[in-house]
Amino acid sequence: MRRLWRTIGSTRGSAPGSTPPWGSTLVRDVALVCLADGLVGLSFGATAVAGGLPWWVPVAMSVLVFAGGSQFAAVGVVLAGGSPFAAVAAGAVLNTRLFPYGLAVADVVGTTGAPGAGPAVRRWLIRLLGAQIITDESVAFALRQTDPARRRAAFWTCGLSLFGAWNVAVLLGVLAGSVVRNTNAFGLDATFPAVLIALALPALAEFRTRVSAGTGAVIAVALTPVLPAGLPVLAALAGLATGWRPRRRTTEHAAPPSADRRPGNRTASSIDPLTGER
Amino acid sequence: MPLLAIVALAVITYAFRLVGPLCRDRITLPPAATALFADAAAVLLIALAATSALMNGHDFAGWARPTGVLVAGLLAARRAPFPVVVLAAAGVTALLRLAGVG
Repeated sequence: MRRLWRTIGSTRGSAPGSTPPWGSTLVRDVALVCLADGLVGLSFGATAVAGGLPWWVPVAMSVLVFAGGSQFAAVGVVLAGGSPFAAVAAGAVLNTRLFPYGLAVADVVGTTGAPGAGPAVRRWLIRLLGAQIITDESVAFALRQTDPARRRAAFWTCGLSLFGAWNVAVLLGVLAGSVVRNTNAFGLDATFPAVLIALALPALAEFRTRVSAGTGAVIAVALTPVLPAGLPVLAALAGLATGWRPRRRTTEHAAPPSADRRPGNRTASSIDPLTGER
Repeated sequence: MPLLAIVALAVITYAFRLVGPLCRDRITLPPAATALFADAAAVLLIALAATSALMNGHDFAGWARPTGVLVAGLLAARRAPFPVVVLAAAGVTALLRLAGVG
C-alpha cells in the first residue's frame, strides 16, 4: 500500500516524465497495490469468519466502510470480547485521517471539467461515489500527479480497482474461512499487524513520530490486560504528547518553518502529500 | 457485531471522507492540525500493530505471531515489496506453529 507506492514513487523520482506510457505504468502500479491489498482482504474475511462472526459482517463492512485498517480494528475489538461501541470508536478514530485526505483530493472527487460532467444530479452522484473511494492508496496515487487530468485518472483508476479487488478478496476470504476452521495454522493472524507496520513505516520518518508511536505502543500493550478491548489502542493517543512537545520547541528555534514541514525524507508519509499540497 | 455498529462506523467514515470534497473552499486546515492528524494515524497504526501482534484478548499471544510480525517488519523496513511482507508474516508464523511454537 503506502509501502508499495514509496517504491513506485522512488522510481518516478529518478526519472520524472521520462517514461512515455504513463497509462500502462499507472495500470501496473495499481495492479500491484490491488494484489497486496487483496491478500489483506483475504486475511480479513477469513479471520472474521473463523473467529465466529457471521459471513455478512466482513462482507457488509468491506462494502460500506471500505477502510481496511478500521475494519480489522473493529472486528479485532469484537473478537476480543469488546463492546460494539468500543469497536466503532476504534475504527472511527483510525479513519479521522480520511478528512484531511478528502481536502487534499477534493478537486478530483468533484467533476469540474471532466469529460462526463453532465447535469447537476449526475455531478453530485459522481462526487458522492468518489468520496467512498478515498483511501490511503487512491489519495497517494492522485497526489503523485501534478496534471489535473492525470490526477483524476490516477484517483479513479486506483480507487475503483481497489474497491473491486478488496471486496472480491474479502468474499473469497469468507469462503476460505468457513471451510478452514483453524486459520491460525496458516499464520493469517500475523498478516494484519504486518500490514499495519508496513503502512505506518513511511510515516515514522521523523523522530518525534517514532517517539509518539513507541510510547503509544507501550501504553496500549501495557493496558491490554486490564482495559476492555478497543480502549488500549485509543489510550495510545496519549503517546502523541511525548513526541509533540519537543517538535514545537524545535520549530520555534529552527530557522525556516516551511522547510521543517517538508523534509524530503517524508515523501511517503501520509501527511507529506497533504502538506506538500498546501 | 450488530448491523447497527457496522452502519454507524460506515456513516462516520463516509462523513470524514465527504467533508473535504464538499467544503473544500470553506476549510483551510492549519499545517499543525494536518501534521497532528497524520501523527495520530501513525500512533494508532503502531499501537494496533503492537497489541494485535503480542496479545490475544487480554493475554500474551505466544511467540509465533510476534516473531512472524517482526520478520515482516524487518522486511518492510528493508523496502521489500508489500506482498512479500504479508506472505512472510503468515509463512513464518505458520512454520513456527508447525514446529510446535505456540
